[in-house]
Amino acid sequence: MTVDFPRRTFLKSSLAVAALATPAARAADSTRAAGLGLVDTNVNLSRWPFRRCPLDEPPALVAKLREHGVEQSWAGTFDGLLHKDLGSANARLAAECRAHGNLLVPFGSVNPKLPDWEQELRRCAEVHRMPGIRLHPNYHGYKLDDPAFARLLTLASERKLVVQLAVVMEDERTLHPLVQVPPVDTAPLVDLLKKTPGVRLQLLNAFRTVRGEPLLRLAAAGAHFEIAMLEGVGSVAGLTKQLPAERILFGSHAPLFYFESAVLKLKESIFTPEQDRAIRSGNALRLRA
Amino acid sequence: MTIWDLHVHMSGAPGATPTERMAQLIAFADRMGIERLCVYMGIPWSKDPPPETFRKENDQVLEAIGKFPDRTFGFVYLNPKHVEASLAELDRCVARGPMVGVKLWVAHRCNAAELDPIIKRAGELQAVIFQHTWLKVTGNDPGESTPFDLAELAARYPATPIICGHTGGDWERGIRAIRAHKNLYADLAGSDPVAGYTEMAVRELGPERVIYGSDAGGRSFASQLGKVLGAQISDAAKQLILSGNLRRLITPILQRKGIKA
Ligand SMILES: [Zn+2]
Repeated sequence: MTVDFPRRTFLKSSLAVAALATPAARAADSTRAAGLGLVDTNVNLSRWPFRRCPLDEPPALVAKLREHGVEQSWAGTFDGLLHKDLGSANARLAAECRAHGNLLVPFGSVNPKLPDWEQELRRCAEVHRMPGIRLHPNYHGYKLDDPAFARLLTLASERKLVVQLAVVMEDERTLHPLVQVPPVDTAPLVDLLKKTPGVRLQLLNAFRTVRGEPLLRLAAAGAHFEIAMLEGVGSVAGLTKQLPAERILFGSHAPLFYFESAVLKLKESIFTPEQDRAIRSGNALRLRA
Repeated sequence: MTIWDLHVHMSGAPGATPTERMAQLIAFADRMGIERLCVYMGIPWSKDPPPETFRKENDQVLEAIGKFPDRTFGFVYLNPKHVEASLAELDRCVARGPMVGVKLWVAHRCNAAELDPIIKRAGELQAVIFQHTWLKVTGNDPGESTPFDLAELAARYPATPIICGHTGGDWERGIRAIRAHKNLYADLAGSDPVAGYTEMAVRELGPERVIYGSDAGGRSFASQLGKVLGAQISDAAKQLILSGNLRRLITPILQRKGIKA
């Protein structure tokens, strides 16, 4: 995978965007018509356990992503949160992604507290040819100082897998009363990243709880992020003043979140053309290259 | 579509003075196509302000809206624990001043009797009334109202429109809590852009009772606009939510004051 899309792909996608765009899509796109297609690093398939999302049928989600010029979308599965049979959850995810051409890229779930979890990691890489995996330590009930997690990071980095770790899935104030999952404590990650050279770690939904000094330390240790839960006026540009711009990836958290939220954030912020390209696609493509 | 934002604060926006912060907020609003900003409360936040503090915060808002009269509407911040001072401040900022709305936050639960004279007077002035609410599974602050508290207040003043700030945050419960009270309106601002929120509000309340707001600068305009622009509802409903409903609520007091918008 190269960092730049071929020119032909870019032209085709711009035309598609122009033809299909709703007013919202046009608004989001107007000032950035010269940009590349988006890589959305944070979507999920299957069902959110606590409600139906308007776009939780894959064809509807895919149509929305295409409408906004998304060329690649890293998809985990909501089943990865609570299901124990992750083997079947990941097989369904892979099949669903295959059914939609090359837009959806599967990121299988691995739970290092399940028996023989190494087999799951192997299947993600070898059977399903996934470029990465997705972790939910809080839903799976382990802390990041657990030795199983360190071993998972090592095995994943040996296979050159992108490791996506979801810090939260939703605002802790609106969780279901019987399923009050705390945010992941990311503090142990800084040392682990230093001890695991070559690891490709991206934190999803990090910015609700990871800010200030801890955020800077994680970025310095090599972690990547995405913008789905970033808030504040002009927040993405603000983040580029805190972190190296190459650590910031585009992510929507669709279909749990309205996709438009993330894409409008790019419009709200002012970037250099280089930053814009990097956040839209370049950083993501480099991370999985 | 014309966009008016019901819910903006100077806190969280860059700038040293109220005027600088307002200018920054307007610059971002321009990028997002937002015409008007309702602004309330000052810097720093004060959850249970004594009268001298809420007066100071309102002075900051008066400064900011004074510089941008064609882009902003000011709401006066009051504390129902200080009824007489709140009524005097309502008269200073709304009856005799340029403000057009009232903001009530987390000092005192809104079902309390102390709210009555404030709601009565604000209703006489036709000020737009905004009451913060949340329904936190982790527990509300002591003085923080729920949509259930607001439903009690709304039942006492059925002819007075009141906006349910954040729709309780936990909107699947908040929408239901306010549904029966036709004088209550749902504010979409200041929560994650969870898909389905706006669709449910429109389905259960009707598009005439749903209002876009952001809670910028702490929130981004973008994430909150996404709730409306990304919703699977008609364009007519989107237009009502993005400005039509707020325009309808605010027009009487604007006309009274001779403000054109
Ligand atoms: Zn607010």
